[in-house]
Amino acid sequence: MTEPLLEAVNLTKDLGSGAARVAALKGVSLALNGGELTLLMGPSGSGKTTLLSILGCMLTPTEGTVRICRHSTAGADPEDLARLRREHVGFVFQSFHLFPTLSATDNVRLALDVRGEPRRAAKVKSREALAKVGLAHKTKAYPRELSGGEQQRVAIARAIVGNPSIILADEPTAALDGTNGQAIMKILAEIAGERGRAVLIVTHDPRLLPFADRVVHIEDGRITGEESGKLQREMLENH
Amino acid sequence: MPLVFTIAFRNLFHDRLRFVATVIGIVFSIVLVTIQMGLYFGFGRMVTTMIDHASADLWVMPRGTKAFEDPSLLNTRERYRALAINGVADAIPVVIGFADWRMPGGAMTPVFVIGSDLRAGGLQPWDLVEGRIEALTSAKAVAVDRTYFDRLGVSGIGATAEIRQQPVQVVAVTNGIRSFTTTPFVFMDVDRARAHTGVPSGKATFLIIRLSADADRDRVRRQLMSDIADVEVLTPAEFRDRSRTFWLFGTGAGAALFAGALLGVIVGTVVVAQTLYASTKEHLNEFATLRAMGSSRRYIYKVIIWQALLSAVIGFAIAALVGDAVVRLTAETALPIVITPGLIAGLFLLTVVMCIASSIAAIVQVTRIEPAMVFTR
Repeated sequence: MTEPLLEAVNLTKDLGSGAARVAALKGVSLALNGGELTLLMGPSGSGKTTLLSILGCMLTPTEGTVRICRHSTAGADPEDLARLRREHVGFVFQSFHLFPTLSATDNVRLALDVRGEPRRAAKVKSREALAKVGLAHKTKAYPRELSGGEQQRVAIARAIVGNPSIILADEPTAALDGTNGQAIMKILAEIAGERGRAVLIVTHDPRLLPFADRVVHIEDGRITGEESGKLQREMLENH
Repeated sequence: MPLVFTIAFRNLFHDRLRFVATVIGIVFSIVLVTIQMGLYFGFGRMVTTMIDHASADLWVMPRGTKAFEDPSLLNTRERYRALAINGVADAIPVVIGFADWRMPGGAMTPVFVIGSDLRAGGLQPWDLVEGRIEALTSAKAVAVDRTYFDRLGVSGIGATAEIRQQPVQVVAVTNGIRSFTTTPFVFMDVDRARAHTGVPSGKATFLIIRLSADADRDRVRRQLMSDIADVEVLTPAEFRDRSRTFWLFGTGAGAALFAGALLGVIVGTVVVAQTLYASTKEHLNEFATLRAMGSSRRYIYKVIIWQALLSAVIGFAIAALVGDAVVRLTAETALPIVITPGLIAGLFLLTVVMCIASSIAAIVQVTRIEPAMVFTR
């Protein structure tokens, strides 16, 4: 059996302090394998975003360990964590977080520029990434000139252009209509299928279930269940 | 174009009103510093103008003389002691002093008399536009600057007046020999200068020493100091420094100019810091996104510093144009603003340092960014 690309073991996370202290995660363990698209589902306040932040090396857990592509995050300082994100993780956000003053190409190129990739090669790769998400004709467009679905595709191109092993997506379809949401999920599913990438999508939208290889449920800071996507699809069809 | 530069450029121009405020802050600051420092240099140059134009290898003066305008006196018999020293080619007495200039209509105005042995050519008027130096050796002859015609009530060569109840006649006119005290200079022969200022015969304010071609200046200087009692012997550079130090720092004028310049730097720094901070705050989400994407802090600092540098270059360019206009406007005034290439380079460096220092608050702010905030915005 191959080693997981991302492995979290017994994560806890306390937020706040004193009387306002809240246990956001209570012993969460999760592994993401290459070639899998995993949905992390749960109600608001269940700890989805906290877990995603820790898996994405943006927050450090109170207890527990995270390993990304064989690198442990234990004892890593903020710059070490930034390097891990830069080298191994691509992010897709609910509200896209594109730079409004940059063209689509430059928005994608940013992910390579922070890695110190030479300008010319970065431009070529950025255009290729945009073509991959179906935006070859919008390379010079600015975010304000793009629809919500197109903006999210630019964000996906930005997430994949550096060829990271892991893609973490936070509610990537929440700001989109059904058609665009389906198109985005199709792209993310394709991305998971190629090059053995692990894709984790945080969502509470059941319409995304057909695209999942695995579905992990989280509630009140704990993993409450896990099914294969196939089972979920059958359940949906029976309904 | 590097992407950090593009981001910095677009961030800067995204809010044009704020950018204009930033540039105005820099321009105000740098123009203020330019004027203050230009006045400092202009003043520093004016207080040494007589020393600069005297053909002296050494200056002999009474001990404790603070500046060229200090009317302490020494005995002219010391001249003969000086001339006896091997290597001294000439020792020319110079007499200076304030006097009253009475115009033909009876009105009075103070003048600053400068008398020198005009045949020896120790301290002659320069930049003559009318008349000849030689004419100054004739009786009653004086030279005045045309910028003071109104003050002196004269209109050119041939005009007459009185100094200390003794008649004088303008025989030469200069252009641009202005006094920082605003008191007009009047050049004349040394003997008449004594008579017009009340300096007794046998006394002088300075001795201008000229050396023979093969003389060792340091040796002659040591000899002068040992042979003549109660005098100081300075090189022109030392006398310039002493005059400048007295007028700029002994009187507090220099401190006032520096204080004005410092105020300009503080105002500029605060304005630029405030606008850069506001810009960074507005783009905090983008910086957090960069951080989430794995950018190093250094990458983000580069964006902010590029913003600061761009502001500095644009602000300095406009300030330089304004400064140039101010220099031109003051060129013919009593206290012209003097800009030197060194000052321009220094001002540019100051602008850059000021803008980078201003970015510290913004940098501190981005240092505190939590990349996880991208999930909540």
